[in-house]
Amino acid sequence: MIPELGHFALILALILAVILATFPMIGSLVNIPGWVALGRPAAFGQFFFIAIAFGCLVNAFLTNDFSVAYVAQNGNTLLPTMYKISAVWGAHEGSLLLWVFILSAWTVAVSMLARNLPAVMLARVLSVMGLVSIGFLSFLLFTSNPFARVFPVPAQGGDLNPLLQDPGLAIHPPMLYMGYVGMSVAFSFAIAALIGGRLDASWARWSRPWTTIAWTFLTIGITLGSWWAYNELGWGGWWFWDPVENASFMPWLAATALIHSLAVTEKRGAFKRWTVLLALLAFSLSLLGTFLVRSGVLTSVHAFATDPARGLFILIFLCVVIGGSLSLYAVRAPSVSSGGKFDMFSRETLLLGNNMLLVIITTFVLLGTLAPLIYEAMDWGKISVGFPWFNRMFVIFTPFLVVLMGLGPLARWKHQDPAELARQMRVALLISLGGGILAALPLLHRGSVWAGLAVALSLWIVCSLLLSLRQRLRYRRGLTGLWQDFGMKGGRSYYGMVVAHFGVAVFIIGVTFVLQYNVQKDIRLSPGQSTELAGYTLRFEGVHSRQGPNYRAHRGTLQLYRGKREIAELHPEKRIYTVQTKPMTESAIDVGFTRDIYVSLGEGLGNGDWSMRLYYKPFVRWIWFGGLLIAIGGLLAASDRRYRIASARERALASAALGGNGLIANGGSR
Amino acid sequence: MTPKRRKRLILIAAMVAGVGVAIGVALKAFNENLMFFYSPSAVVGGEAPAGHLIRVGGLVEKGSVKRKKDGLTVTFDITDFAETIKVQYTGILPDLFREGQGIVARGRLQKDNLFVAEEVLAKHDEKYMPPEVADALKTAHKNRMDSLATGGKSP
Repeated sequence: MIPELGHFALILALILAVILATFPMIGSLVNIPGWVALGRPAAFGQFFFIAIAFGCLVNAFLTNDFSVAYVAQNGNTLLPTMYKISAVWGAHEGSLLLWVFILSAWTVAVSMLARNLPAVMLARVLSVMGLVSIGFLSFLLFTSNPFARVFPVPAQGGDLNPLLQDPGLAIHPPMLYMGYVGMSVAFSFAIAALIGGRLDASWARWSRPWTTIAWTFLTIGITLGSWWAYNELGWGGWWFWDPVENASFMPWLAATALIHSLAVTEKRGAFKRWTVLLALLAFSLSLLGTFLVRSGVLTSVHAFATDPARGLFILIFLCVVIGGSLSLYAVRAPSVSSGGKFDMFSRETLLLGNNMLLVIITTFVLLGTLAPLIYEAMDWGKISVGFPWFNRMFVIFTPFLVVLMGLGPLARWKHQDPAELARQMRVALLISLGGGILAALPLLHRGSVWAGLAVALSLWIVCSLLLSLRQRLRYRRGLTGLWQDFGMKGGRSYYGMVVAHFGVAVFIIGVTFVLQYNVQKDIRLSPGQSTELAGYTLRFEGVHSRQGPNYRAHRGTLQLYRGKREIAELHPEKRIYTVQTKPMTESAIDVGFTRDIYVSLGEGLGNGDWSMRLYYKPFVRWIWFGGLLIAIGGLLAASDRRYRIASARERALASAALGGNGLIANGGSR
Repeated sequence: MTPKRRKRLILIAAMVAGVGVAIGVALKAFNENLMFFYSPSAVVGGEAPAGHLIRVGGLVEKGSVKRKKDGLTVTFDITDFAETIKVQYTGILPDLFREGQGIVARGRLQKDNLFVAEEVLAKHDEKYMPPEVADALKTAHKNRMDSLATGGKSP
């Protein structure tokens, strides 16, 4: 009964989505206030019914209702409660339900929080989100109903993929989806502004906090995914350039370009058309991400679902969204004014450079991800693109990006004298070059040119941030001054930027050091035998069997010594999950600020001997620490005061401009 | 042309040149990093280049897995039921590696058709067959049927 309730709620939600997508939009175009006002209640109604549907599916998992096919495939009575809940989004149907659930939540959030938005603009934004929602709800109802029944009812469920039974992965998809779906807000704002023909600073200001929040979620999602892969896949990798990882990384790159370009549009009224294009690109790449992950077109560890009919649906959906929005853009863009002027060397040009580099990187990641598909379609043979290529792409482009990242915060809008900037940055240049050379020489450790480059780039970012802070706090004293500045309009935005850029510096160190100084050792050990790894000693004590809640395990014991002192006992495991009978490697990690020691069991070789893989991973934590800092920066920036307090003047201006039939193009200075 | 225009033109030209060089470098590297996939039949037929980084795939032949004394070096045969090649790998095999399972190996082919793998991949799903392997099996099967139909007239 309850699953039918969920199914029915989904149908009602679809009806409300249709209402949401049509009435407020039409009302805003032909000026019917009653229809315009329909947006908010429809958004709430849609959220209410999707929440019911979602609750029904959660309930089905918690009560082990195996008459529901999806639960029968992915649930199990033995699953711990946390994983029963996360099993809801463990496979295709449920993760799509999560997707629309999050979309409806974003819609409600926009309708509630965007209070300073003129009614007409809000109505259009909500309508566009309703359109996206129609697409996903019908996809769910017509091709992948999570509430479909199965008969005869199996006595036990097929269990959640053991790989997914990890706390990191329980929250990784919701975070990622928050980001993906959040891009639909930026997209809807762009489309609504295009329809109104009004692309200006206040549009950028409305859309900016939403975009930044979505980008923050994406950052958290990707960081968590990387951390999960490191912990759970058992082989010490933290990024594989797997198509599915790329699918989340491309929207992130586009969104990073977007938040920088939005800054220019908000502050200077420039880059308007470009900003709109980036918003379309970021959302299209989010949809493409869903397509890549969910249609199973690519060979990948993540492709749990494989069904071409669904792929076709998403492909058509993708074409409609991209084609439709680009057509609208083509019609509207020529009437958009070009906005604030700027000189050849200014903060605008530096940000333009940032945007170009990010878009180029996105293009290359896209090329590397789709190339195998293209080759196969053209019958040129079956290929795969090795991750050395992706790595090399980043080594080529990142230094340029970082140089700009150092100059950007110090440069002035409109016009910057290059000589003056060079004078300011002289100290930074000396420090970063000096630090880089020191790191490249074999003084403390085996020297490496790449480590030198990484240190130089990181120091460059840090020095430039310090210089910028000094400049900003010229007239303020001490911590109280800093705190006052933090609370000012624009304060949190600025400090958000500082924290996020610092995160990039930390990240660069982490990535480079782990790539350069990583030590890997595949070895066979007998009980009582010791081995040496990068200055540490590991003593193998043996392996014994252990029974877990829904698995059996071989549990190894190794003692980790630094010199004579024992610093940790490690217990890597080899698990066999009872239901799916899949072996899983559960690594054991001794975590440290500057290094991890990572142990995975291979297989038993008789006489108590085991093969195992040992890693010394220097600075690996810095990768996720950097990601975390970037996300914190995003949160800070999105919570800036100026987004919450819109001046009365601005509101009056905005409603005047959007009044009447709302088709007045108002583009500031021409 | 005003000096301002000229400056702008120089800037644009510099940007285009920079982007062009970057794209050139990237595409060159791209071509060097493409790894083609070959089935055992293709390897035996001499289609696969020796010494290049390539991928091969097939089913692990039953009873062919042999371990050397050090416990870490393994040799096994992979087959598409038409031809078989020998693969050698030193290191830890993936969890799902077992006889009869479809696998993909990345590595280099030696002159004597021994494939030395740097990495062996088995999918994290029992039912799942890597699509390349499934295709290779299908092609090999079809070829055999065709040659039976023509009564062994083909070489």
